[in-house]
Amino acid sequence: MEIGIVGYGAYVPRHRIKLEEIAKIWGADAPSYKRGLMLHEKSVPTPDQDTITMSVEATRHALRRSGIDPARIGAVYVGSESHPYAVKPSGTVVAEAIGATPEVHCADLEFACKAGSEGMFLGLSLVKAGEVDFALAIGADTSQGAPGDALEYSASAGAAAFLFGKDNLLAVCEETYSFMTDTPDFWRREYQFYPRHAGRFTGEPAYFKHVSSCAQGLMKKAGLTPDDLQWAVFHQPNGKFPLKVSQRLGFPKEKVEQGWLCPTLGNTYSGSSPMGLTAILDVAKPGDRILMVSYGSGAGSDGFIWRVTDAIAAVQNAAPKTRDQLENQPIYIDYGTYAKFRGKIKTLKT
Amino acid sequence: MREVAVIGVGMNSWGELWEKSHRAIWTEAALQAIEDAGVDHVDAMYVGCMSGGLFVGQEHLGALLSDQLGMGPIPGTRVESACASGGLSFRHAYMAVASGMHDVVLATGVEKMTDVDGAAATYALSTAADQEYECYNGITFPGLYAMMANVHMNKYGTTREQLAAVAVKNHDNGSLNPLAQFRGKVTAEQVMNSVMVADPLRVLDCSPITDGAAAVVVAPLDMARSMARSPLVRVAASAHATDAIALHDREDLAVLSSTEKAAEGAYRQAGVGTSDLSFCEVHDCFTIAEIMVSEALGLFDRGSGGAAAASGATALDGKIPINPSGGLKSKGHPVGATGIAQIREAVLQLRGECGDRQVQNARYGLTQNMGGTGASSVIHIFERA
Repeated sequence: MEIGIVGYGAYVPRHRIKLEEIAKIWGADAPSYKRGLMLHEKSVPTPDQDTITMSVEATRHALRRSGIDPARIGAVYVGSESHPYAVKPSGTVVAEAIGATPEVHCADLEFACKAGSEGMFLGLSLVKAGEVDFALAIGADTSQGAPGDALEYSASAGAAAFLFGKDNLLAVCEETYSFMTDTPDFWRREYQFYPRHAGRFTGEPAYFKHVSSCAQGLMKKAGLTPDDLQWAVFHQPNGKFPLKVSQRLGFPKEKVEQGWLCPTLGNTYSGSSPMGLTAILDVAKPGDRILMVSYGSGAGSDGFIWRVTDAIAAVQNAAPKTRDQLENQPIYIDYGTYAKFRGKIKTLKT
Repeated sequence: MREVAVIGVGMNSWGELWEKSHRAIWTEAALQAIEDAGVDHVDAMYVGCMSGGLFVGQEHLGALLSDQLGMGPIPGTRVESACASGGLSFRHAYMAVASGMHDVVLATGVEKMTDVDGAAATYALSTAADQEYECYNGITFPGLYAMMANVHMNKYGTTREQLAAVAVKNHDNGSLNPLAQFRGKVTAEQVMNSVMVADPLRVLDCSPITDGAAAVVVAPLDMARSMARSPLVRVAASAHATDAIALHDREDLAVLSSTEKAAEGAYRQAGVGTSDLSFCEVHDCFTIAEIMVSEALGLFDRGSGGAAAASGATALDGKIPINPSGGLKSKGHPVGATGIAQIREAVLQLRGECGDRQVQNARYGLTQNMGGTGASSVIHIFERA
């Protein structure tokens, strides 16, 4: 039995801040940051936007592409590390807003930047097991970097939503794989507002080890090589890491560029590789195979191989495409507005 | 005093050794040196380590590492002189053998620097400067060396390009050293366009944060002869001098007087001059440091070290090769280990075992290891016996 994607959608907030604007505030050398991060602007959520609202927007796009009755969705998983509430699910609001309640399984997931892809695996597995007809998995984040920290240049906002089922598939899930170890490269403890990270340790022993091992394990399990895959998308903590890992794995740049959103989007954490996948689905041709590998600090990677079906062409224009949202009429803001939007200004209360 | 020889050397691959602990890194290098020496025990050992406490929360290294080596209850001593800890550790091993106190002695150096973040590493390193007068004002090491560089540039006309030449040359050499942390070559343009750290020093003017260890075994020259290792490497001189730790207490910021003093003593003891040297391994923690050291050693006149570096005189095939190993810049700078690694390089060069980076017909080699901004300098001269 084939299972896979029956609907997909992304949401990108319209506001952006340029890297120069952030660098100017901190006296940092913008050209070297741009070179080092391969990133020149990032999305910013407004005060009325959060992980829940973006999840709803992305899911509405996915529903338009699937044409299914939301009441038939049997499971809703929202993966994020910026759930608006510490206790109280994001998923309940999302499920209610899209009309999936009350007969629905629901939970919020957290695994740094791979909570969204883990939700995708759970959704696919429930459909495969026959427990539900349709499952919804979302990766969404409005992540924060501490003022002046390297993370502030990349942490951005966005969401991707996937509906899984077994009929009328847009993309068949051909293989899944996960690679995980206990590797503490990035963390945020209770009551802390900003995450901490272990500098260069986040590179080789964390991101590269897990993403490479996952991609290799996945391709081995599927019996495929980069030559058999038309597209690849990797987690994008900055612009440089995914390009470097794709080069090491043997994927030429033209297979990676379409899903490489980071240079103008930033790092959307749980939304990162899932949003890249939506951008690829927006242009993919029937028969194309797509490799997707996420990464979550802590640390682990989920891998998927998707095979695009004939049904894709009819729905690609049924909802806003990801790159169109990224490129159309962005609103650039200054650091002061950004600081206000992101709650970085704390007033002293007497 | 007895004549002393270096009979074994060891060093592991340097870099960001995330999966190895301080003690594991050290033990690897120590065992290599003991195996290279062909001995089954050592009578005493010295550990050069700048800050086990701040980097990994571990002090009492003499006892800990003797035990790790399985050599307890031999006397194990930790030696500290900031970034010159390794060189000083060797000097104490040398003195122990020369004095007749011990016969076979292990001299080592180690630093595990990547268990802490950049800010904590910067703080740990800053403890080599004057806490009450320099660090109190917020200065860090790149800032101190930047001031020295600015004075040198103003006084002697040393240029940005000349600083870059040092980094380019050391990366060229390091590309030939299989144990070096950064084996990639760099161009002068890359150095001069890299991220600014402290004007005029950019990130490619600075030595990196490194995990690593190195070890050597010393023994009386007579005993070494009977062990039939060939060629033998003799310690021709060992010298150590100090200077004011704070820059503002020095007469001239463009002069490393502790290096000058130690060099005078070393040349006298060895009975050689600069023209006898086949190569030098020096403390290039920053590009300006190598230029100033080359002047303090008398290799070049005061103020002409920059021009000499740019002329190719210090390249592997130059008049006096400096840092054939790649130096701290390319090989890495696990602070406590650096001085011992310099000595390992000198021994391998004199044995003729350096492969592509071999200095031809090497007879005398000098090592210069420096603490802080030069408040301590340890110099050794080695001879192919």
